[in-house]
Amino acid sequence: MERWQRVMERTGNAPPDDLPTVLATEGAHGPVIHAANRPARLNGIRTGARVVDMRALCPELQVEYADVAGDQAALERLKIWARRWCPWSVRDGADGLVLETTGSDHLWGGEAAMLADIEARFSLLGLTVQLAAAPTWGAAWALARYGRVRAICPPDEIAQQLGPLPVSALRLEADTLLLLRRLGLKTIAAVAEVPRLSLTRRFARTDLPGNPRLRLDQALGRLAEPVSSVEALPRFRVQSRLAEPIQDPTPYLAGLCEDLCARLTKAGFGCRRLHLAVYRTDGEVSVLEAATSAPSRDAGHLRRLFDDRIDRINPGFGFDLITLEAGAVEKLDIVQTRLDGAAEGDLELARLVDRLTARFGARSISRPLMRESHVPERAEGRISAIAGAPVMPAGPARERPVRLLDHPEEVRVLYAVPEGPPVQFIWRRQTHRITRYAGPERIAPEWWHDRPGTRLRDYFKVEVELGSRFWLYREGLHDDGRGGNPRWFLHGMFA
Amino acid sequence: MDSLCVQALRQKLRISAREVPGTLRHGLSSEVFAANAADAGVTGFVLACIGSNAHPILWVQDRLSGKEAGRPYLPGLGAKRSILRVDVTRPADVLWAMENGLRCKGLSAVIGEIWGDPPALSFTATKRLTIRAEAGQVPCWLIRRGATADLSGARDRWRVASLPSAPHPYDPQAPGDPRWHAELFRSRQSRPGEWMARYDGAADRLDLSAPFRDGALAEGHGTDGQRAAG
Repeated sequence: MERWQRVMERTGNAPPDDLPTVLATEGAHGPVIHAANRPARLNGIRTGARVVDMRALCPELQVEYADVAGDQAALERLKIWARRWCPWSVRDGADGLVLETTGSDHLWGGEAAMLADIEARFSLLGLTVQLAAAPTWGAAWALARYGRVRAICPPDEIAQQLGPLPVSALRLEADTLLLLRRLGLKTIAAVAEVPRLSLTRRFARTDLPGNPRLRLDQALGRLAEPVSSVEALPRFRVQSRLAEPIQDPTPYLAGLCEDLCARLTKAGFGCRRLHLAVYRTDGEVSVLEAATSAPSRDAGHLRRLFDDRIDRINPGFGFDLITLEAGAVEKLDIVQTRLDGAAEGDLELARLVDRLTARFGARSISRPLMRESHVPERAEGRISAIAGAPVMPAGPARERPVRLLDHPEEVRVLYAVPEGPPVQFIWRRQTHRITRYAGPERIAPEWWHDRPGTRLRDYFKVEVELGSRFWLYREGLHDDGRGGNPRWFLHGMFA
Repeated sequence: MDSLCVQALRQKLRISAREVPGTLRHGLSSEVFAANAADAGVTGFVLACIGSNAHPILWVQDRLSGKEAGRPYLPGLGAKRSILRVDVTRPADVLWAMENGLRCKGLSAVIGEIWGDPPALSFTATKRLTIRAEAGQVPCWLIRRGATADLSGARDRWRVASLPSAPHPYDPQAPGDPRWHAELFRSRQSRPGEWMARYDGAADRLDLSAPFRDGALAEGHGTDGQRAAG
């Protein structure tokens, strides 16, 4: 609802605050209410009811359609953004987030201060939150929805605090709730007082969402319910919190790199991937990535990988938290390959590749390598330089040009005999007279690669009057039954 | 007698690349102009000057050079060489990549190809390349096509064109070993001149000899220590 309100305000279509407004989704029997604003709730409108019924209650009701998928996507982004408080966070149902704050609350000055900070941050985004801190997922869920404002539950008070809450705080299915209400069990304390044996026998065949005993055990911590984050925690991560939102992370980058490298050095690792993330004040996270071709923990080098790309990060209206994490790490021992202390060529080369890749992208930097093929364009392959040095097969037996055109260019040729060498050709609107030639060298198509009907090529090395040497080929033969007259192409240049 | 004299003179002028002042002894940054844009003679000349080396060559091309003059083709360059190819769009990026490459001691040379006279390739930019090359002791070769030889900070400036090749030992019809006409028209350390250059594969070096047709081969045009600029 609040997200919708924000979107409407941004487009200038926001309805007045005192107008009852609801968001609806399609139900089995017409639209049902998905969310309602405060005036609508005061008029007695419940979520889950049908819109036509609620119109009868409140004739001036404004109905808009809800963007459920957009809400889910926004919640996913908030999930990542909420990792500013703790390392792990997961989505809980359609409207909740669970943060695993064990061991990180003291960084914020205790749980109460952390909850206050969380609430303040979310209210800056225009969102209201109901918060609770509890030792178990179930208890936190119950206290956040039915408990006090910013409830904090120490481990020894779980049963005491959960007792007065209604049974719907146990995350149970509607059928089970109805059954419990009919049995007269209204609060969690009442359910907890029922002997375990009776509860177990009564709900022996129902699974977890409908089983009050299992849910109660989860809430009280007798049944483990771990928070399993989808993404594994990076082992090496440093962050810097800023007092005020800023737009440019450059001044902090050097310090972050040094911290990260100090930690990597201590553990004996080098990193292959780096993720620089800025947590924006408007609830988004912008990430910049860099890769290295060899594991590295040189702060200066890692910092330089971000040098020219820092402007690609989208700062929005500013950000107040920067994290730098080593995405992939490899064991890197301290080695000295030379006694004289001079710089090592291989290391420098790897760093050069890193810098070039960081600036131009991995596709622009390549190492050519030879492949075992007679077709000239297939005889040379390319691998990304960041992947490392290739192992080469032997080169071709025949002489090859030093430069090859990306695509062979068609030339108009004058020849004395159809199967023989050309006498002169026109290429790029210039006429070249041929003085000497070598060839033909016939290269047949590779039937296992080429389409049927591909014509063979007869290559000629020719020298023109001015001295330049070119590599021409005739595609096909006269009367080979694969198209009309053969065409001529210029494919490369000899030194 | 006359021919003998010419022979002796040719012997005298036949100097290996390592003795050409300015190419390998001092001048680590050179600029080579292709007389004809589509001619690969420049490539052959530069590779002959660099020689074979186990270290890779950083080869940076801008988009137009790659489209118009083709890409370096590894089977033609020889299996011994290893190449690190960088394909970028703008000439400014070529200069950036070259500068970074010249810092790296693990390279045998840095070759850059720039088409035309882009504004990014100013005197300052070439001077930066020269300083970087001399600081890192990595040879820097800038190949320029379709360009005018304006102000530059390169130590040596060559103009290279293909010559008709040497006779083929077995086939009179076929082109033999390549030969180039190399003109050193500006140099910081050495005397400018014109030579016929060819690659001596066995010794892995560049042979420079005076061109046949040039009668005034021994006349010393230019002076020692001529400024590179201009």
